[in-house]
Parts: sequence; structure tokens; C-alpha cells
Amino acid sequence: MKRAFPILAVLTVALLCYGLYQALWVAPTEKTMGDVQRIFYYHVPSAWTAGVLFLVNFLASIAYLMSRNPKADALAVAAAEVGVVFCTIVLVTGPIWARPVWGIWWTWDLRLTLTLVLWLIYVSYLLLRRFSTSGQTPVMAAVLAIFGTLDIPLVYFSIWFFRTQHPQPVIGGGGSIDPRMLHAFFVNLIAFTCFGALICWARYRLEVLRREVEETQALESLLEPRSAR
Amino acid sequence: MGKPSLIGITRATLLKDLRLEWRSKDAINSMLFFALLVVVIFSFSFDPTAEESRRIAGGLVWVSFLFAAVVALNQTWARELRNQVLDAYRVSPAPANSLFMAKSVGNFVFVAVLEALMTPLFIVFYNLRAAGPAYQLLIVAVLGTWALVVNGTFFAAISLRTRSREIMLPLLLFPISIPALLAMVEATSSILTGEFSARFWIVLLVAYDVVFTMASLFLFELVLHAE
Repeated sequence: MKRAFPILAVLTVALLCYGLYQALWVAPTEKTMGDVQRIFYYHVPSAWTAGVLFLVNFLASIAYLMSRNPKADALAVAAAEVGVVFCTIVLVTGPIWARPVWGIWWTWDLRLTLTLVLWLIYVSYLLLRRFSTSGQTPVMAAVLAIFGTLDIPLVYFSIWFFRTQHPQPVIGGGGSIDPRMLHAFFVNLIAFTCFGALICWARYRLEVLRREVEETQALESLLEPRSAR
Repeated sequence: MGKPSLIGITRATLLKDLRLEWRSKDAINSMLFFALLVVVIFSFSFDPTAEESRRIAGGLVWVSFLFAAVVALNQTWARELRNQVLDAYRVSPAPANSLFMAKSVGNFVFVAVLEALMTPLFIVFYNLRAAGPAYQLLIVAVLGTWALVVNGTFFAAISLRTRSREIMLPLLLFPISIPALLAMVEATSSILTGEFSARFWIVLLVAYDVVFTMASLFLFELVLHAE
């Protein structure tokens, strides 16, 4: 299992380089939006990766509540933290594109608002973990993760209806997509998924090691009370 | 003596909380004064005309109720920490859910009293009159208050075990409550302006209440016994 980590790391770097080349040189410039459209090759894969990581967080939280395996909790922390980072990338790259194309930085559109609310929910999840004092932080965090996931469909429908009452900006139009654009997009999608998995894995191993160190230190201080003098 | 029923325990706990509150009036006094301050400050900062105020009143009313409710919710469980009452609950054979229901219903009563007292003030300050079907406001108020209170009671129990718990509750409660808050505000605004039907929002509030009441009842035992 440990040998797979460097393989994944090398694969991710290669895919990211290839993806960058595809996105910046091979894919043609979009007719109306110009070069700024290329941000999509990073924006959408980041959103996808964040979504996958939040799903991993939810599944790991349920697994923790059922099995009480501390590794499931470590995976939940790792997935939530890395997911928030990718979600932040989405929220930052979105306005950079929207300003020249829509003429505004931000609008309360369905997808934008849903991403922002997701981000808020998972930041509150990380805050709870940070501020919790009891030894039962994993249980509280897992419960909150389940609440957050239950909230997503409700957020979706509320904003969907909220926006259908008001005029909304149109994202994209009809027209055909150049196959080279699709190619660059999918390469980056796979590259970012690997990238997310890689960072999440590193963070997971760090969390497991950190807990092992803490346990060992606690055990040592119990076994050698004299050395504390 | 027979085994006390689930309803019996819920009622006993609820009556105890109501009696405590009736004698001290801690929660209701602080909530009322807090909500009053919010109303006055909003009124100064926006200075709306009658037509505008009808459009923004839904937001003002619910935001002030939300802030005020947090004041009461924070006291729900903190009150039980004194003299280790909460530990006594944990070792007692009483089911966790009856305790949760008693606390939620108690908070519902407190916030409902607050709303009943504050609504006339809003009508006076903002010169409100419903252009749509006014009876729907009552439905929205009941469903919306329950939505705030059921999640608030649950998250107050979670934030009990954190540093600076008073600030932790809104940090947990507000993000999750966004759909409910949106539904309350939009439903109230559409009833006041009479431009849209509030039916969708009421359905959404019902769905929110059902989902989170079930989830809370399902998971509360874990939270109560986590120590």
C-alpha cells in the first residue's frame, strides 16, 4: 500500500504537466470569451474534486459512527480539509472568470450559492473539530457531517426556487465544443482527481502518524514517571 | 409504581424547564431586550419607507428572531451543567430522546412567546400590513420556529463540549439553517407583498422540519452520551 503512494505522486505530476500543456497550448482559444475561458480547465475539475472529497468525508463519518475505527475519522478530517481547499479554489477562480465574461464578480446563481453554502458548512465542521475539548470530537464531527449532507438537497431546492423567481444569468449557450477542448478538460479532470487523492492521502497519513505519536507520548509518560522530574 | 412513559418523562422535564424559566425569566428577558435592540438598530440603519419595508420586513423579522433565539438556545444545556444535572441525566434510565424533545418544545415555547410579543412592535415600527393571505404567516411562523429550535437545541448540545461554546452555536447553526432561513424570509415577504404564492416555501419548511427532527432524534443519544 505504501509503495503505491510514490507511484500515484509521479502519475499525478505527469498528468498535471500534460494537462497544463493541453489547456494552455493545444486547446483552441474560445471565440467570444477569449483566453480567460481556459480557467475552466482548472475551475471545473477543482469543483469535481471538492465534491468527491465531501462525499468521502460523509462516508468516512458514517463508517466511523458504525465501527468506531479511528482511521475512518482520520480519513474524514483529511477529506474535509482538502475538500475545503479545493472548494476555495473554485470560489476564487469563478469570479476571475465571471468579471470579464458576465461583467460582475459574483451573482446569487444556483451553482455559485450552493458552492458557497457547502464551503460554509465544511468550514464550520473544521471549526468544530478545532474548538472541541472533549475526547469525543470525532463523534460530534461525524454527526455534524451527516447533518451537513442532509442539508445539501434542501439548500439546492431552496436556491433553485429562489432563483427561478428572478432573472438569472445564462451560463454558456448552444454550439459545438472543439474536441481538443474536451480532451484538455478530461485530462485535467483526471489529473485533479489524482491530485486531490494524493493530497488527501498525505494528509491522512499525517493524521494517523500524529495520533500514534500522541499515544506513544502519553504511554511513555505513564511508564516512566521518574523522567518527568 | 409503573415504569414512566416516554411522554411522561418528556412532560416532566418540560414542566421543570418552564417552571424554572417562569421563576427566573432569564432567557425570555434577555431575548426580548436583544430583539428589541435589533429592531431599533435595523430601523435606524435602513430608515425604510412603507413600500420598501414591506419588501424587506421578512428578512428583518427573521434575522432578529434568529439572533434572539441563539441567546435562549445557549442557555438550554449550560443550565444543566450546574450541579452536574447533565451527568445525572446520562446515568438515569430515561430515554435521551424524551429529554431532547422536552428541551426543543421548551425552546419552541420561549421563542414563540418572543415572537408573539415582538410582532406588534414590528407592525408599529415598520407600518406593516399583509397584502396576501395573512393566516399563512402563522403557518410559516410555527414551521420556521420549529426549524430553528430543533437544530439549535441539537447544536447547543454539541457546542457544550467546545471552548468558547457561546460563539460556537451560531457558527454551527447558521450555515445549516440557510435553506430554512431563506424559506422563512421568502415566504414572509411573498405573503406581505402578495406578489407570489408562499406554497413552495411552506412545503420546503415542512421537508426541512421533518428531515432534521428525524435526524436529531436518531443521533441525539450519541451526542448526549459522548463524554
